Amino acid sequence: MTLLELEDVTASYGHAQVLHGISFRVGENAAAGILGANGAGKTTTLRAISGMVATGGKITYDGRDITGYRPDKVAALGIAHVPEGRGTLGDLSVRDNLRVGAYLRKDRKGVAADLDLCLDLFPNLRERIGSNASALSGGEQQMLAIARAIMAKPRLILLDEASLGLAPSTAQRVYQAIRRLRSEQGVAMVVVEQNAMLAFSVVDHAIVLETGKTSLSGSRDELMGLDEVRRAYLGG
Amino acid sequence: MEYFIQLVIEGLATGSIYGALALAIVLVNRATGLINFAQGGMAVLSTFVAYALFDAGAPLALAILGAIVFAFALGAVLERVIVRPFERGDPDTAVVVTIGLFVLLGGVAAFFFGYEPRQFPSFFGLETLNIAGVFVSLRSIGTIVVLALVVVLLQVLFRGTKLGLAMRAVADNPVSASLSGLPVSWLLMIGWGLASVLGVIAGVLVAPQLFVSPGMLDFVLVYALAAAILGGLDSPQGAVIAAWFIGVIENLAGAYIDIVGNDLKIAVPFVVMIIILIVRPQGLFGRKVVVRV
Repeated sequence: MTLLELEDVTASYGHAQVLHGISFRVGENAAAGILGANGAGKTTTLRAISGMVATGGKITYDGRDITGYRPDKVAALGIAHVPEGRGTLGDLSVRDNLRVGAYLRKDRKGVAADLDLCLDLFPNLRERIGSNASALSGGEQQMLAIARAIMAKPRLILLDEASLGLAPSTAQRVYQAIRRLRSEQGVAMVVVEQNAMLAFSVVDHAIVLETGKTSLSGSRDELMGLDEVRRAYLGG
Repeated sequence: MEYFIQLVIEGLATGSIYGALALAIVLVNRATGLINFAQGGMAVLSTFVAYALFDAGAPLALAILGAIVFAFALGAVLERVIVRPFERGDPDTAVVVTIGLFVLLGGVAAFFFGYEPRQFPSFFGLETLNIAGVFVSLRSIGTIVVLALVVVLLQVLFRGTKLGLAMRAVADNPVSASLSGLPVSWLLMIGWGLASVLGVIAGVLVAPQLFVSPGMLDFVLVYALAAAILGGLDSPQGAVIAAWFIGVIENLAGAYIDIVGNDLKIAVPFVVMIIILIVRPQGLFGRKVVVRV
Protein backbone atom coordinates (compact mmCIF):
# COMPACT_ATOMS: atom_id res chain seq x y z
CA MET A 1 0.00 0.00 0.00
CA THR A 2 1.46 3.34 -1.02
CA LEU A 3 1.07 5.99 1.66
CA LEU A 4 2.85 8.88 -0.03
CA GLU A 5 3.65 9.36 -3.66
CA LEU A 6 5.44 12.23 -5.37
CA GLU A 7 5.08 12.43 -9.15
CA ASP A 8 7.27 14.81 -11.06
CA VAL A 9 7.18 17.34 -8.22
CA THR A 10 8.64 20.80 -8.82
CA ALA A 11 9.12 23.59 -6.32
CA SER A 12 10.37 27.14 -6.38
CA TYR A 13 11.15 30.02 -4.09
CA GLY A 14 10.03 33.11 -5.97
CA HIS A 15 11.56 32.77 -9.42
CA ALA A 16 14.23 30.31 -8.35
CA GLN A 17 13.13 26.80 -9.20
CA VAL A 18 14.78 24.35 -6.83
CA LEU A 19 13.09 21.06 -7.67
CA HIS A 20 12.85 19.96 -11.31
CA GLY A 21 10.71 16.87 -11.12
CA ILE A 22 11.10 14.51 -8.19
CA SER A 23 9.29 11.21 -8.00
CA PHE A 24 9.24 8.59 -5.29
CA ARG A 25 6.94 6.51 -3.14
CA VAL A 26 6.74 5.58 0.49
CA GLY A 27 4.71 2.57 1.49
CA GLU A 28 2.64 2.22 4.63
CA ASN A 29 5.03 1.58 7.55
CA ALA A 30 8.02 2.04 5.23
CA ALA A 31 10.89 4.49 5.42
CA ALA A 32 12.45 6.29 2.48
CA GLY A 33 15.69 8.24 2.53
CA ILE A 34 16.62 11.32 0.55
CA LEU A 35 20.34 11.73 0.10
CA GLY A 36 22.30 14.35 -1.72
CA ALA A 37 24.76 17.18 -1.42
CA ASN A 38 23.98 20.56 0.09
CA GLY A 39 21.57 22.49 -2.09
CA ALA A 40 20.37 19.42 -3.97
CA GLY A 41 16.79 20.05 -2.85
CA LYS A 42 16.36 17.59 0.03
CA THR A 43 14.84 20.07 2.47
CA THR A 44 12.75 21.62 -0.29
CA THR A 45 11.29 18.20 -1.10
CA LEU A 46 10.03 17.89 2.47
CA ARG A 47 8.76 21.47 2.36
CA ALA A 48 6.87 20.69 -0.83
CA ILE A 49 5.11 17.81 0.90
CA SER A 50 4.19 20.07 3.83
CA GLY A 51 2.95 22.89 1.63
CA MET A 52 5.65 25.33 2.69
CA VAL A 53 6.78 26.22 -0.88
CA ALA A 54 5.07 26.83 -4.19
CA THR A 55 4.78 23.34 -5.67
CA GLY A 56 3.95 21.76 -9.03
CA GLY A 57 3.47 18.17 -10.07
CA LYS A 58 1.42 15.87 -7.90
CA ILE A 59 1.71 14.77 -4.29
CA THR A 60 -0.66 12.04 -3.18
CA TYR A 61 -1.07 11.01 0.43
CA ASP A 62 -3.32 8.18 1.50
CA GLY A 63 -5.08 8.30 -1.87
CA ARG A 64 -5.71 12.06 -1.71
CA ASP A 65 -4.08 14.75 -3.84
CA ILE A 66 -2.52 17.11 -1.29
CA THR A 67 -0.52 19.28 -3.69
CA GLY A 68 -0.71 22.89 -2.51
CA TYR A 69 -2.35 22.10 0.82
CA ARG A 70 -1.50 24.53 3.64
CA PRO A 71 0.95 23.25 6.28
CA ASP A 72 -1.70 22.99 9.01
CA LYS A 73 -3.99 21.00 6.68
CA VAL A 74 -1.16 18.63 5.80
CA ALA A 75 -0.41 18.19 9.49
CA ALA A 76 -4.08 17.48 10.18
CA LEU A 77 -3.93 14.57 7.73
CA GLY A 78 -1.30 12.83 9.83
CA ILE A 79 2.00 14.07 8.44
CA ALA A 80 4.40 15.40 11.07
CA HIS A 81 7.33 17.46 9.84
CA VAL A 82 10.44 17.79 12.00
CA PRO A 83 11.92 20.79 10.22
CA GLU A 84 15.50 21.69 9.51
CA GLY A 85 16.81 23.68 12.47
CA ARG A 86 14.41 21.78 14.77
CA GLY A 87 11.72 24.45 15.02
CA THR A 88 11.22 24.06 18.73
CA LEU A 89 9.20 26.82 20.40
CA GLY A 90 11.92 28.50 22.43
CA ASP A 91 9.81 30.51 24.85
CA LEU A 92 7.56 27.58 25.66
CA SER A 93 8.39 24.88 28.18
CA VAL A 94 9.21 21.36 27.04
CA ARG A 95 5.80 20.25 28.28
CA ASP A 96 4.04 23.02 26.34
CA ASN A 97 6.01 22.17 23.19
CA LEU A 98 4.71 18.62 23.50
CA ARG A 99 1.16 19.86 24.13
CA VAL A 100 1.39 21.95 20.97
CA GLY A 101 2.42 18.78 19.14
CA ALA A 102 -0.81 17.14 20.29
CA TYR A 103 -2.88 20.24 19.49
CA LEU A 104 -5.21 18.57 17.00
CA ARG A 105 -5.89 15.47 19.08
CA LYS A 106 -9.00 14.92 21.15
CA ASP A 107 -8.08 11.55 22.74
CA ARG A 108 -6.75 12.58 26.14
CA LYS A 109 -5.74 9.05 27.06
CA GLY A 110 -3.85 8.57 23.84
CA VAL A 111 -2.05 11.88 24.35
CA ALA A 112 -1.02 10.88 27.87
CA ALA A 113 0.23 7.53 26.57
CA ASP A 114 2.25 9.22 23.83
CA LEU A 115 3.73 11.64 26.34
CA ASP A 116 4.97 8.62 28.29
CA LEU A 117 6.31 7.12 25.07
CA CYS A 118 8.24 10.33 24.30
CA LEU A 119 9.72 10.58 27.76
CA ASP A 120 10.62 6.91 27.58
CA LEU A 121 12.34 7.38 24.21
CA PHE A 122 14.09 10.54 25.37
CA PRO A 123 14.72 10.37 29.13
CA ASN A 124 16.57 13.71 28.96
CA LEU A 125 13.30 15.46 28.26
CA ARG A 126 11.75 14.08 31.43
CA GLU A 127 14.31 15.95 33.50
CA ARG A 128 13.82 19.16 31.50
CA ILE A 129 10.04 19.02 31.25
CA GLY A 130 9.54 22.42 32.91
CA SER A 131 12.45 24.22 31.21
CA ASN A 132 12.04 26.55 28.28
CA ALA A 133 13.00 24.84 25.05
CA SER A 134 15.56 27.57 24.36
CA ALA A 135 17.48 26.44 27.47
CA LEU A 136 18.02 22.91 26.10
CA SER A 137 21.20 21.67 24.46
CA GLY A 138 21.20 21.11 20.71
CA GLY A 139 20.74 17.38 21.14
CA GLU A 140 17.88 17.83 23.58
CA GLN A 141 16.21 20.30 21.22
CA GLN A 142 16.41 17.74 18.43
CA MET A 143 14.88 15.15 20.71
CA LEU A 144 12.13 17.61 21.62
CA ALA A 145 11.46 18.35 17.96
CA ILE A 146 11.03 14.64 17.25
CA ALA A 147 8.95 14.15 20.38
CA ARG A 148 6.69 17.02 19.32
CA ALA A 149 6.11 15.20 16.04
CA ILE A 150 5.35 11.94 17.86
CA MET A 151 2.75 13.73 20.00
CA ALA A 152 0.69 14.34 16.86
CA LYS A 153 0.37 10.55 16.45
CA PRO A 154 1.29 10.82 12.78
CA ARG A 155 1.21 8.09 10.16
CA LEU A 156 4.17 9.68 8.43
CA ILE A 157 7.10 11.64 9.84
CA LEU A 158 9.25 13.90 7.67
CA LEU A 159 12.62 14.11 9.34
CA ASP A 160 15.03 16.80 8.19
CA GLU A 161 18.72 16.50 9.09
CA ALA A 162 18.17 15.21 12.60
CA SER A 163 21.92 14.74 13.13
CA LEU A 164 22.93 18.24 12.03
CA GLY A 165 25.21 19.96 14.53
CA LEU A 166 25.12 17.11 17.02
CA ALA A 167 28.06 15.29 18.55
CA PRO A 168 28.38 11.82 16.97
CA SER A 169 27.33 10.05 20.16
CA THR A 170 24.25 12.28 20.51
CA ALA A 171 23.36 11.72 16.86
CA GLN A 172 23.59 7.97 17.48
CA ARG A 173 21.21 8.25 20.42
CA VAL A 174 18.73 10.27 18.39
CA TYR A 175 18.79 7.69 15.61
CA GLN A 176 18.44 4.85 18.09
CA ALA A 177 15.19 6.44 19.20
CA ILE A 178 14.11 6.86 15.58
CA ARG A 179 14.77 3.19 14.90
CA ARG A 180 12.74 2.25 17.95
CA LEU A 181 9.93 4.44 16.72
CA ARG A 182 10.03 2.61 13.40
CA SER A 183 10.11 -0.87 14.85
CA GLU A 184 7.71 -0.40 17.77
CA GLN A 185 5.21 2.08 16.35
CA GLY A 186 5.49 1.32 12.66
CA VAL A 187 5.44 5.01 11.69
CA ALA A 188 6.32 5.63 8.06
CA MET A 189 9.15 8.10 7.46
CA VAL A 190 10.91 10.22 4.92
CA VAL A 191 14.42 10.80 6.20
CA VAL A 192 16.62 13.57 4.87
CA GLU A 193 20.15 13.12 6.10
CA GLN A 194 23.66 14.25 5.22
CA ASN A 195 25.10 11.35 7.11
CA ALA A 196 24.21 8.44 4.86
CA MET A 197 25.29 5.80 7.39
CA LEU A 198 22.69 7.13 9.81
CA ALA A 199 20.07 7.31 7.09
CA PHE A 200 20.74 3.74 5.98
CA SER A 201 20.30 2.58 9.55
CA VAL A 202 16.62 3.56 9.32
CA VAL A 203 15.41 3.53 5.70
CA ASP A 204 14.65 0.59 3.47
CA HIS A 205 14.96 2.50 0.22
CA ALA A 206 16.25 5.89 -0.85
CA ILE A 207 16.68 8.38 -3.63
CA VAL A 208 19.72 10.48 -4.34
CA LEU A 209 19.13 14.06 -5.46
CA GLU A 210 21.39 16.14 -7.63
CA THR A 211 20.48 19.80 -8.27
CA GLY A 212 16.78 19.24 -7.87
CA LYS A 213 16.52 16.00 -9.84
CA THR A 214 16.52 12.35 -8.86
CA SER A 215 19.84 10.89 -9.94
CA LEU A 216 19.56 7.47 -8.34
CA SER A 217 16.97 5.43 -6.55
CA GLY A 218 16.82 1.96 -5.18
CA SER A 219 16.64 -0.22 -2.13
CA ARG A 220 19.01 0.36 0.73
CA ASP A 221 21.18 -2.62 -0.21
CA GLU A 222 21.29 -1.72 -3.90
CA LEU A 223 22.40 1.80 -3.13
CA MET A 224 24.94 0.76 -0.53
CA GLY A 225 26.44 -1.56 -3.11
CA LEU A 226 27.01 1.17 -5.66
CA ASP A 227 30.53 2.56 -5.92
CA GLU A 228 29.37 6.11 -6.57
CA VAL A 229 27.18 6.09 -3.44
CA ARG A 230 29.95 4.59 -1.38
CA ARG A 231 32.45 7.15 -2.57
CA ALA A 232 30.19 10.16 -2.21
CA TYR A 233 28.27 9.34 0.94
CA LEU A 234 29.80 6.47 2.83
CA GLY A 235 33.40 7.56 2.91
CA GLY A 236 34.84 4.79 0.74
CA MET B 1 0.00 61.63 53.84
CA GLU B 2 -3.67 61.20 52.91
CA TYR B 3 -3.10 63.52 49.98
CA PHE B 4 -0.11 61.47 48.87
CA ILE B 5 -2.09 58.23 48.97
CA GLN B 6 -4.88 59.92 47.08
CA LEU B 7 -2.45 61.01 44.37
CA VAL B 8 -1.01 57.50 44.14
CA ILE B 9 -4.43 55.89 43.77
CA GLU B 10 -5.48 58.37 41.12
CA GLY B 11 -2.16 57.76 39.37
CA LEU B 12 -2.79 54.03 39.45
CA ALA B 13 -6.23 54.58 37.94
CA THR B 14 -4.86 56.70 35.09
CA GLY B 15 -2.05 54.18 34.72
CA SER B 16 -4.61 51.39 34.43
CA ILE B 17 -6.08 53.05 31.37
CA TYR B 18 -2.63 53.33 29.78
CA GLY B 19 -2.10 49.74 30.87
CA ALA B 20 -5.11 48.36 29.03
CA LEU B 21 -3.92 49.90 25.78
CA ALA B 22 -0.31 48.93 26.51
CA LEU B 23 -1.43 45.31 26.94
CA ALA B 24 -3.07 45.50 23.54
CA ILE B 25 0.17 46.74 22.01
CA VAL B 26 2.19 44.01 23.72
CA LEU B 27 -0.25 41.31 22.63
CA VAL B 28 0.03 42.24 18.96
CA ASN B 29 3.75 42.76 19.21
CA ARG B 30 4.27 39.29 20.64
CA ALA B 31 2.13 37.69 17.96
CA THR B 32 3.42 39.55 14.93
CA GLY B 33 6.46 41.57 15.97
CA LEU B 34 4.63 44.75 15.00
CA ILE B 35 4.01 47.91 16.96
CA ASN B 36 0.42 48.61 16.11
CA PHE B 37 -0.36 52.31 16.17
CA ALA B 38 -3.82 51.59 14.82
CA GLN B 39 -4.69 50.28 18.28
CA GLY B 40 -5.67 53.83 19.27
CA GLY B 41 -7.93 54.29 16.26
CA MET B 42 -9.58 50.90 16.74
CA ALA B 43 -10.28 51.80 20.37
CA VAL B 44 -11.74 55.22 19.48
CA LEU B 45 -14.06 53.86 16.83
CA SER B 46 -15.23 51.09 19.17
CA THR B 47 -15.79 53.59 21.98
CA PHE B 48 -17.99 55.57 19.60
CA VAL B 49 -20.00 52.41 19.04
CA ALA B 50 -20.54 52.21 22.82
CA TYR B 51 -21.57 55.85 22.77
CA ALA B 52 -23.96 55.37 19.84
CA LEU B 53 -25.60 52.33 21.43
CA PHE B 54 -26.01 54.15 24.74
CA ASP B 55 -27.30 57.24 22.95
CA ALA B 56 -29.86 55.08 21.17
CA GLY B 57 -31.20 53.99 24.54
CA ALA B 58 -29.33 50.77 25.29
CA PRO B 59 -28.41 50.17 28.95
CA LEU B 60 -24.80 51.12 29.64
CA ALA B 61 -23.63 47.53 30.25
CA LEU B 62 -25.22 46.39 27.00
CA ALA B 63 -23.70 49.32 25.09
CA ILE B 64 -20.25 48.40 26.40
CA LEU B 65 -20.78 44.74 25.59
CA GLY B 66 -21.84 45.67 22.07
CA ALA B 67 -18.73 47.80 21.67
CA ILE B 68 -16.58 44.89 22.83
CA VAL B 69 -18.11 42.60 20.22
CA PHE B 70 -17.64 45.30 17.58
CA ALA B 71 -14.02 45.83 18.66
CA PHE B 72 -13.25 42.13 18.38
CA ALA B 73 -14.69 41.94 14.88
CA LEU B 74 -12.96 45.17 13.83
CA GLY B 75 -9.56 43.93 15.03
CA ALA B 76 -9.96 40.54 13.35
CA VAL B 77 -11.14 42.03 10.06
CA LEU B 78 -8.40 44.68 9.94
CA GLU B 79 -5.75 42.04 10.52
CA ARG B 80 -7.16 39.79 7.84
CA VAL B 81 -7.84 42.40 5.18
CA ILE B 82 -5.35 45.21 5.63
CA VAL B 83 -2.42 44.11 7.78
CA ARG B 84 -2.02 40.48 6.61
CA PRO B 85 -0.24 41.31 3.33
CA PHE B 86 2.39 43.30 5.24
CA GLU B 87 3.01 40.90 8.12
CA ARG B 88 5.76 38.90 6.46
CA GLY B 89 7.37 41.88 4.78
CA ASP B 90 9.45 44.78 5.98
CA PRO B 91 8.38 45.66 9.56
CA ASP B 92 8.92 49.38 8.90
CA THR B 93 6.39 49.27 6.09
CA ALA B 94 3.92 47.46 8.30
CA VAL B 95 4.29 50.04 11.08
CA VAL B 96 3.64 52.86 8.64
CA VAL B 97 0.54 50.98 7.50
CA THR B 98 -0.69 50.86 11.10
CA ILE B 99 -0.05 54.60 11.52
CA GLY B 100 -2.08 55.19 8.37
CA LEU B 101 -4.83 53.01 9.80
CA PHE B 102 -4.76 55.00 13.03
CA VAL B 103 -5.39 58.23 11.11
CA LEU B 104 -7.97 56.57 8.88
CA LEU B 105 -9.99 55.15 11.78
CA GLY B 106 -9.98 58.52 13.54
CA GLY B 107 -11.26 59.99 10.28
CA VAL B 108 -14.00 57.38 10.04
CA ALA B 109 -15.08 58.22 13.59
CA ALA B 110 -15.09 61.93 12.76
CA PHE B 111 -17.07 61.30 9.57
CA PHE B 112 -19.89 59.61 11.47
CA PHE B 113 -19.81 61.50 14.76
CA GLY B 114 -18.03 64.82 14.14
CA TYR B 115 -15.39 66.39 16.33
CA GLU B 116 -17.66 67.68 19.06
CA PRO B 117 -16.84 65.88 22.33
CA ARG B 118 -19.69 63.69 23.58
CA GLN B 119 -20.45 62.90 27.18
CA PHE B 120 -20.27 59.29 28.24
CA PRO B 121 -21.34 58.03 31.67
CA SER B 122 -19.07 56.14 34.00
CA PHE B 123 -19.87 52.54 34.69
CA PHE B 124 -18.93 53.11 38.32
CA GLY B 125 -20.98 56.18 39.16
CA LEU B 126 -19.68 59.45 40.54
CA GLU B 127 -19.42 58.77 44.27
CA THR B 128 -16.29 59.46 46.22
CA LEU B 129 -15.36 57.28 49.15
CA ASN B 130 -13.71 58.48 52.30
CA ILE B 131 -11.45 55.71 53.53
CA ALA B 132 -9.70 56.83 56.73
CA GLY B 133 -9.38 60.37 55.45
CA VAL B 134 -8.33 59.39 51.95
CA PHE B 135 -10.78 60.52 49.31
CA VAL B 136 -10.92 58.25 46.31
CA SER B 137 -13.52 58.13 43.60
CA LEU B 138 -15.35 54.91 42.93
CA ARG B 139 -14.33 55.41 39.31
CA SER B 140 -10.62 55.27 40.18
CA ILE B 141 -11.04 52.09 42.19
CA GLY B 142 -13.25 50.55 39.52
CA THR B 143 -10.70 51.34 36.82
CA ILE B 144 -7.88 49.71 38.77
CA VAL B 145 -10.03 46.64 39.51
CA VAL B 146 -11.00 46.29 35.85
CA LEU B 147 -7.39 46.29 34.74
CA ALA B 148 -6.41 43.81 37.47
CA LEU B 149 -9.25 41.59 36.28
CA VAL B 150 -8.11 41.88 32.67
CA VAL B 151 -4.59 40.83 33.68
CA VAL B 152 -5.91 37.80 35.57
CA LEU B 153 -8.16 36.79 32.67
CA LEU B 154 -5.30 37.09 30.17
CA GLN B 155 -3.12 35.00 32.45
CA VAL B 156 -5.83 32.32 32.61
CA LEU B 157 -6.26 32.47 28.85
CA PHE B 158 -2.56 32.15 28.04
CA ARG B 159 -1.53 29.73 30.76
CA GLY B 160 -4.67 27.71 31.29
CA THR B 161 -6.36 27.17 27.93
CA LYS B 162 -5.58 25.39 24.71
CA LEU B 163 -6.37 28.53 22.73
CA GLY B 164 -3.84 30.46 24.81
CA LEU B 165 -1.24 27.75 24.32
CA ALA B 166 -1.82 27.93 20.57
CA MET B 167 -1.53 31.72 20.59
CA ARG B 168 1.75 31.53 22.48
CA ALA B 169 3.03 28.94 20.01
CA VAL B 170 2.13 31.11 17.03
CA ALA B 171 3.77 34.13 18.66
CA ASP B 172 6.90 32.07 19.20
CA ASN B 173 7.30 30.50 15.78
CA PRO B 174 4.40 30.62 13.31
CA VAL B 175 5.99 28.33 10.73
CA SER B 176 6.76 25.67 13.27
CA ALA B 177 3.32 26.05 14.86
CA SER B 178 1.64 25.46 11.51
CA LEU B 179 3.58 22.21 11.14
CA SER B 180 1.81 21.00 14.29
CA GLY B 181 -1.50 21.78 12.63
CA LEU B 182 -2.20 25.11 14.30
CA PRO B 183 -4.39 27.37 12.12
CA VAL B 184 -1.98 30.28 12.25
CA SER B 185 -4.04 32.80 10.29
CA TRP B 186 -7.11 32.23 12.48
CA LEU B 187 -5.05 32.58 15.62
CA LEU B 188 -3.57 35.87 14.41
CA MET B 189 -7.05 37.20 13.73
CA ILE B 190 -8.17 36.19 17.21
CA GLY B 191 -5.08 37.85 18.66
CA TRP B 192 -5.89 41.13 16.92
CA GLY B 193 -9.52 40.87 17.96
CA LEU B 194 -8.49 40.36 21.56
CA ALA B 195 -6.06 43.30 21.46
CA SER B 196 -8.79 45.46 20.00
CA VAL B 197 -11.08 44.49 22.91
CA LEU B 198 -8.41 45.65 25.36
CA GLY B 199 -8.33 48.95 23.48
CA VAL B 200 -12.07 49.54 23.81
CA ILE B 201 -11.85 48.74 27.51
CA ALA B 202 -9.32 51.57 27.80
CA GLY B 203 -11.59 53.79 25.72
CA VAL B 204 -14.70 53.15 27.79
CA LEU B 205 -12.79 53.60 31.04
CA VAL B 206 -11.37 56.95 30.01
CA ALA B 207 -14.43 58.27 28.15
CA PRO B 208 -16.30 59.70 31.16
CA GLN B 209 -13.26 61.82 31.96
CA LEU B 210 -12.09 62.89 28.50
CA PHE B 211 -15.42 62.71 26.62
CA VAL B 212 -15.76 60.77 23.40
CA SER B 213 -14.10 62.42 20.42
CA PRO B 214 -11.93 61.27 17.51
CA GLY B 215 -8.75 62.47 19.24
CA MET B 216 -9.66 61.26 22.73
CA LEU B 217 -7.00 58.56 22.93
CA ASP B 218 -4.12 60.35 21.20
CA PHE B 219 -2.17 61.07 24.34
CA VAL B 220 -3.31 57.86 26.03
CA LEU B 221 -1.80 55.99 23.08
CA VAL B 222 1.49 57.81 23.51
CA TYR B 223 1.60 56.84 27.20
CA ALA B 224 0.56 53.30 26.37
CA LEU B 225 3.39 53.02 23.86
CA ALA B 226 5.76 54.39 26.49
CA ALA B 227 4.50 51.81 29.00
CA ALA B 228 4.78 48.97 26.50
CA ILE B 229 8.35 49.90 25.67
CA LEU B 230 9.32 50.58 29.26
CA GLY B 231 7.85 47.20 30.22
CA GLY B 232 9.92 45.48 27.58
CA LEU B 233 7.39 45.14 24.71
CA ASP B 234 7.00 41.38 25.12
CA SER B 235 5.99 41.30 28.76
CA PRO B 236 2.30 41.82 29.66
CA GLN B 237 3.12 42.11 33.36
CA GLY B 238 5.90 44.54 32.52
CA ALA B 239 3.53 46.72 30.48
CA VAL B 240 1.02 46.95 33.32
CA ILE B 241 3.59 47.72 35.97
CA ALA B 242 5.23 50.31 33.73
CA ALA B 243 1.83 51.85 32.99
CA TRP B 244 1.05 52.14 36.70
CA PHE B 245 4.49 53.58 37.28
CA ILE B 246 3.95 56.19 34.57
CA GLY B 247 0.52 57.15 35.90
CA VAL B 248 1.79 57.57 39.44
CA ILE B 249 4.97 59.46 38.51
CA GLU B 250 3.01 61.81 36.30
CA ASN B 251 0.54 62.56 39.08
CA LEU B 252 3.11 62.98 41.85
CA ALA B 253 5.43 65.17 39.80
CA GLY B 254 2.54 67.42 38.83
CA ALA B 255 1.53 67.88 42.45
CA TYR B 256 4.85 68.11 44.26
CA ILE B 257 7.39 69.60 41.87
CA ASP B 258 6.38 73.23 41.48
CA ILE B 259 7.97 74.02 38.16
CA VAL B 260 6.42 70.90 36.64
CA GLY B 261 2.81 71.72 37.42
CA ASN B 262 -0.08 70.61 35.26
CA ASP B 263 1.36 71.60 31.92
CA LEU B 264 4.71 69.91 32.10
CA LYS B 265 3.61 66.84 34.00
CA ILE B 266 2.88 64.97 30.80
CA ALA B 267 6.60 65.15 29.98
CA VAL B 268 7.81 63.66 33.25
CA PRO B 269 7.14 60.00 32.42
CA PHE B 270 9.08 60.38 29.21
CA VAL B 271 12.10 61.84 30.93
CA VAL B 272 12.01 58.91 33.37
CA MET B 273 11.50 56.47 30.50
CA ILE B 274 14.49 57.78 28.59
CA ILE B 275 16.71 57.54 31.65
CA ILE B 276 15.59 53.97 32.36
CA LEU B 277 16.05 52.89 28.75
CA ILE B 278 19.57 54.30 28.69
CA VAL B 279 20.42 52.10 31.67
CA ARG B 280 18.32 49.11 30.61
CA PRO B 281 17.77 49.13 26.84
CA GLN B 282 15.60 45.99 26.97
CA GLY B 283 13.11 47.76 29.26
CA LEU B 284 12.23 46.88 32.82
CA PHE B 285 10.96 43.37 32.13
CA GLY B 286 12.01 42.64 28.58
CA ARG B 287 14.42 39.90 27.84
CA LYS B 288 17.76 40.84 26.43
CA VAL B 289 17.85 39.59 22.89
CA VAL B 290 20.95 37.46 22.70
CA VAL B 291 22.26 37.05 19.22
CA ARG B 292 24.03 33.74 18.83
CA VAL B 293 26.82 33.86 16.32
